[in-house]
Amino acid sequence: MASLDINGKAREVNADPNTPLLWVIRDSLGMTGTKFGCGAQLCGACTVHLDGKPVRSCGTPLSAAIGKKVTTIEGIGATEAGKKVQAAWASLDVPQCGYCQSGQIMSATALLAEKPKPTDADIDNAMAGNICRCGTYPRIRAAIHQAAGGKGA
Amino acid sequence: MTQLKNPARRNFMKSSAAVGGSLVIGVTLPDAFRGMAYAASESAVNAWIRVGSDNSITILCARSEMGQGVVMALPTLVAEELEVDLSKIKVDFAPPGEVYINGMLGGQITGGSTSVRDGWEKLRIAGAQARMMLVSAAAQKWGVDASTLKAGNGWVTGPGGKKASYGSLAEAASKLTPPKDVALKDPSKFRYVGKPLHRMDTADKIRGKTIYGIDVKLPGMLYASLAQCPVIGGKVVSVDDAKAKSMPGVKHVVKITDGVAVVADTWWQARTARDTLSITWDEGPGKALNSESISAGLAAAMSSPGATIKAQGSVADGMKAAAKTVEATYEMPFLSHSPLEPMNFTADVRKDSALLIGSIQFQQLALGMAAAITGLKPEQITVKTTFLGGGFGRRIDCDYMAQAVEISKITGVPVKLVWTREDDMTHDFYRPISHTQMSAGLDASGKPTALSFKMSSPSVTSRLFPPLVKDGVDPLMTEAILVPYDIPNQSVATVIHDTGLRVGYLRSVSHALNVFANESFIDEMAAAAGKDPYEYRLSLLEKQPRFANVLKLAAKEAGWGKPLPKGHARGIGLMEGYDTYMSQVTEVSVVDGQIKVHRVVVAVDLGRMVNPNIVRQQLESNIVFGLTAALYGNITLKDGRVEQTNFHQYKLLRMPETPKIEMHIVNSTEKPGGIGEPGMALLSPTVANAVYALTGKRLRKMPLSLA
Repeated sequence: MASLDINGKAREVNADPNTPLLWVIRDSLGMTGTKFGCGAQLCGACTVHLDGKPVRSCGTPLSAAIGKKVTTIEGIGATEAGKKVQAAWASLDVPQCGYCQSGQIMSATALLAEKPKPTDADIDNAMAGNICRCGTYPRIRAAIHQAAGGKGA
Repeated sequence: MTQLKNPARRNFMKSSAAVGGSLVIGVTLPDAFRGMAYAASESAVNAWIRVGSDNSITILCARSEMGQGVVMALPTLVAEELEVDLSKIKVDFAPPGEVYINGMLGGQITGGSTSVRDGWEKLRIAGAQARMMLVSAAAQKWGVDASTLKAGNGWVTGPGGKKASYGSLAEAASKLTPPKDVALKDPSKFRYVGKPLHRMDTADKIRGKTIYGIDVKLPGMLYASLAQCPVIGGKVVSVDDAKAKSMPGVKHVVKITDGVAVVADTWWQARTARDTLSITWDEGPGKALNSESISAGLAAAMSSPGATIKAQGSVADGMKAAAKTVEATYEMPFLSHSPLEPMNFTADVRKDSALLIGSIQFQQLALGMAAAITGLKPEQITVKTTFLGGGFGRRIDCDYMAQAVEISKITGVPVKLVWTREDDMTHDFYRPISHTQMSAGLDASGKPTALSFKMSSPSVTSRLFPPLVKDGVDPLMTEAILVPYDIPNQSVATVIHDTGLRVGYLRSVSHALNVFANESFIDEMAAAAGKDPYEYRLSLLEKQPRFANVLKLAAKEAGWGKPLPKGHARGIGLMEGYDTYMSQVTEVSVVDGQIKVHRVVVAVDLGRMVNPNIVRQQLESNIVFGLTAALYGNITLKDGRVEQTNFHQYKLLRMPETPKIEMHIVNSTEKPGGIGEPGMALLSPTVANAVYALTGKRLRKMPLSLA
């Protein structure tokens, strides 16, 4: 049994410490907002925060998350940046199929927490690891600017 | 699986033939409600509308939501005529049912950019019919003439302050005979249709609350991972599963038609144990497949006469009269669908019933295949469709569903099968590869005297719907195959050539193949004529006002002919697909030998729209999807194995490569066109034409590369 601090709550999990955090979150804890896309840290659908930093949970073992604060899409709305990002996402109708959007929002929130006024180049850098097969990139860019209170609003 | 699949498909074709092409109005067929769960406090007024005694309104969406917005657009059509507050309705996905068959496709299929075109009248009629029944129920209750009553916002009102909610009338209304004559609103009175409303599915999608197939959970459910033969079509000869069976959490290791499945308490346990299986495969004839031999086969197939799609005048005479001739061959690769949600499915097969839940695009095929596998009657099987994490045509096939059903049947427990990304990329039904040979004659002034087009390509329809292929013509191979240009002598032919690799419908289907060839070639003709590619196209469109209109609009908005930064150039193209007319101007540069796309301007005439906001989403989506295909998409084979296994080898466009997108939509009262698919086809030719304008080099092979 290991104790995981997830979205501000302590949760006991019974899983091999080498199990990717993604599957602990999805299958052991039943929180399905975090998505499986590639299993190889190539698409970003599984992005969560460890102590506020974005990580690909498909390539992060459970053991690496113990003792850290894990934040997922289910908890990100409780943060200031997360709330703004979700509001901008809604106002610009970013999602299409929506499957990658949890990961997109987690990456965008981490960016805004670090750089409240990101440039287009900052957005390129921070979001390049998140694939959207529906092609919502133009709206993601505009929504990040809007959440930052700047252009694109 | 082959033995099982075919009877199911044949049965489906038989039943769908009876209803194919007809307009099915939302009357209460008993079959329509099979598997539809609704609370005792609800009444179904017709197949699309349930009203709760608490006045809740639920509208059924009979198409799969995979990003294209049907979960918003289709209920909008019903709500417009039902006279309810659209922001307060709930939406449920419909079960399989004859009433939900797509009249344009003959099956309950989401595809072909048909959802709005099929539903445009049908769903408004369903809404109007239900409204009239609710009004009639109120008229009977009050003993007044229905013509004295009004419906609005979920209430029926009448003289003397009479007022009754839909909820209080629904039970009585559901027992009435649906009216035969239904008058629909004049479009000028539309309250929701045509307005850029926010999507109702966004709120859940940005909070991780939306349930996709992969998120389904049933009580007592176990997780499965399936080892499939690395060569598609190969079969298990023997398996050593001793190690896997000893691993933590593993409950079953079972052999099914398509491979060996490990079933465990968690998916990670199943997936880890699967890697320890030692399987001997009979790889079958597929092991001989290689990209080089496939390409040679397509080239050789060109010598077959093929099927004539168009024969106008005499190409031979036109070529004889020509002052100049142009020839080119275009090559397009296999593509993978790669929706971001890998294939997965949840099945609970019992002795006398089965529950199937997941991301599917073809509900009746799922039902038919499950019945064939389980031996259950269709009425014993419940099929539930979740939200889809992308589809793009991949989920029209139900192979992954069949696998989950087999595993659950053998193990006797509810099972969720989840493929890895590698499983998904190497076991797709790939977008057909093709070769297209074109030639044209031009007179001394550059005007075309003749055009000939011949393509060789595998046929998806021959596999999925064989009766639709007649006299060697796959009707889906010929999409956008005819140019709109005024050319006197034309010959157009297709050769169906099975390469041995299984193929499937992928977004825009053959438009992408044929528009690449046609719009690249007209550019080559313009260059040979010494004309501007925009002016040249326009000069040949005198009889095609909708094409000419979007072409002019795109050119104007893009600043065609105006100066660009040094090292940039524009390419232009046009197309019609799914009753939608489009033109596009794409601006590129070349940086370190790599094509960079800076700006895409698209002009579109799709007739009437249900929701312009969703239309814009789909235009953006198609541009990104089309650029992925233009610049990267390429599935290759070696010794029968697909060589690309994940996104490091099969690249998808990412944020930094996404160009600036500008959209111009023609205000039109023409009947609605489809918008989910057509746009992607214009990226490859417009990028190639821009690269030619910049470098003088013609790129005739996709993915486009200067290397």
